[in-house]
Amino acid sequence: MRRRHTALGRTKKTLLVAVALMSAVLFMFPTVLTICNSFMSQSEINSSYGSVFESSGSSDSVTFKLIPGVVSLDQYATTLFQSPDYLLKFWNSVILVLPIVLFQIALALLAAYSFFRFRGKHKEIILFVYTILMLMPYQVTMVPNYIVSQGLDILNTRSAIWLPGITAPFSVFLLTKFMRRIPESYIEAAKLDGAGNIRIFFQICLPMCKSVVVSVAILVFIDYWNMVEQPLILLSDSSLYPLSVFLSQINTGELGLAFAVSTIYMIPPLLIFLGGEEHLVAGITYSGGMKG
Amino acid sequence: MVVKQFKFKKRAGSKGRWRDRAASALFLAPSFCGVSIFYIIPFFVVGYYAFLNSPISGQFVGFDNFVALFQNDSFLKAAKNTATFSCMAVPAAVILSLLLALLLDSKIPGKSKFRAMFLFPMMVPVASVVLIWQVLFSYNGAFNSFLAVFGVQAVDWLKSDYSQLVALLLFLWKNLGYNMILFMSGLGNIPGELLEVAQIEGCGPVYTFFAIKLRFLSPTILFVTIMSLINSFKVFREIYLLTGDYPYGGLYMLQHFMNNMFASLDYPKLAAGAIVMAVVMVAIIAVLFVAENKFGKGVEG
Repeated sequence: MRRRHTALGRTKKTLLVAVALMSAVLFMFPTVLTICNSFMSQSEINSSYGSVFESSGSSDSVTFKLIPGVVSLDQYATTLFQSPDYLLKFWNSVILVLPIVLFQIALALLAAYSFFRFRGKHKEIILFVYTILMLMPYQVTMVPNYIVSQGLDILNTRSAIWLPGITAPFSVFLLTKFMRRIPESYIEAAKLDGAGNIRIFFQICLPMCKSVVVSVAILVFIDYWNMVEQPLILLSDSSLYPLSVFLSQINTGELGLAFAVSTIYMIPPLLIFLGGEEHLVAGITYSGGMKG
Repeated sequence: MVVKQFKFKKRAGSKGRWRDRAASALFLAPSFCGVSIFYIIPFFVVGYYAFLNSPISGQFVGFDNFVALFQNDSFLKAAKNTATFSCMAVPAAVILSLLLALLLDSKIPGKSKFRAMFLFPMMVPVASVVLIWQVLFSYNGAFNSFLAVFGVQAVDWLKSDYSQLVALLLFLWKNLGYNMILFMSGLGNIPGELLEVAQIEGCGPVYTFFAIKLRFLSPTILFVTIMSLINSFKVFREIYLLTGDYPYGGLYMLQHFMNNMFASLDYPKLAAGAIVMAVVMVAIIAVLFVAENKFGKGVEG
């Protein structure tokens, strides 16, 4: 302990802080830039970035501007009032993602309860299957999803995205892991008091899982808010596309709007992040160990 | 009285067991039905399709589809690109995030603020920042301007052999925060007494790291590796948003291949491709698990 107060110790500490700061700046930079640029007027954007997208091969190089020359709400005005298209797509994102988050967790809580309270060889096999499925990349699970959606004739409808999302094993895995940490004594006490399964579920398990549920909800939300593969394959009608896909198809004429739209699109995840960061970290921490 | 109680207990026991079994099944039912319908059963259907020459006429063609797949240039290219990318991305992700975790674990101030900042990119939707990345790395972009200072010639990064590096940067930017938290939790699980003993014994930080921390971290390393591997496949999202349906050579990944198969409704290849990938994934995961079991022995308990 005495070592910490030497000059070397302090230098080391300062160095570490410097490294941390530089890294943090790097990490935050793209986002901050996007937000700042959303307050620029169209002409400023074109002059700064136009050369990137013009096919005339102009050789003006790009200037990054952190602080707009003139703060302008142009972009936002245009987006909100003149190009409702983007808002429609934003709404698509919302309506696709929210039910998935809600119902995937609901289903997962029920399943996790079952995995937690009632063990057995068959159960463990099923859990194992869930785990394998969860680890499969989308490229693999997309094909079965597509085939079923085709068979059920829900291709190109929102259900094609909802249903595979709601039944995805991801939340089940995380919630089971957490629930299994609930001490048996609580359950025993409840049973002695004559509580049936439903009561145990609602009055013991759920309250204890609050933090993890928030964390899982955030993770699921991010994953689906960003989804690109599923809409591309399962939906062919572009009016159903969420903003995650649509944003990439902005043509050069609309470059000016892009930053504002991007910023708007960022707001829900950001709000959730700011509100739930503690829970998120706690949840990731719990999910960390493979053993136990 | 004793006999009565005994009888009562016996009946309640068997009835309770039946009740428990029913509850167990009921609670699991919605999820399991869903998973079966949308994942398990169709997976077998896909397996079945992989051995037919077309889902409609349904002639059994054995391994023909697989052979055709492995002779398909696009598939081979996509597979190679995906493999190369993952081989670069996963070690980078694991090592860098471990370093970050160690950084934050040492006693520096403002830990939680830094943590939030590192986690931030994970929350930001990729679509939002894609523009900045495009601008950074295009021919006229900022990165080239930066390099021009050192006299390096401008390169159109996304359309060059270095395109995978850009994707790698994007991947790391997004995922290091998450991995870092996993490592921090792993570091937190190392018994404090061991570290104290090490310090008393006069072990330097490097030795402590390799001899103690690494061993205790091995399950975490495994987990981070698996998660990074899975996430490295998801990098498709970023690449698609950056470059569209048919990106430049090095960025053409397996998902692009699958996408295009979907578009052309080439079922046999699609099914075969999915099966091949599934098998490879399971194999990789199995290998990782076995490796961890062997290496991490003696750490538990």
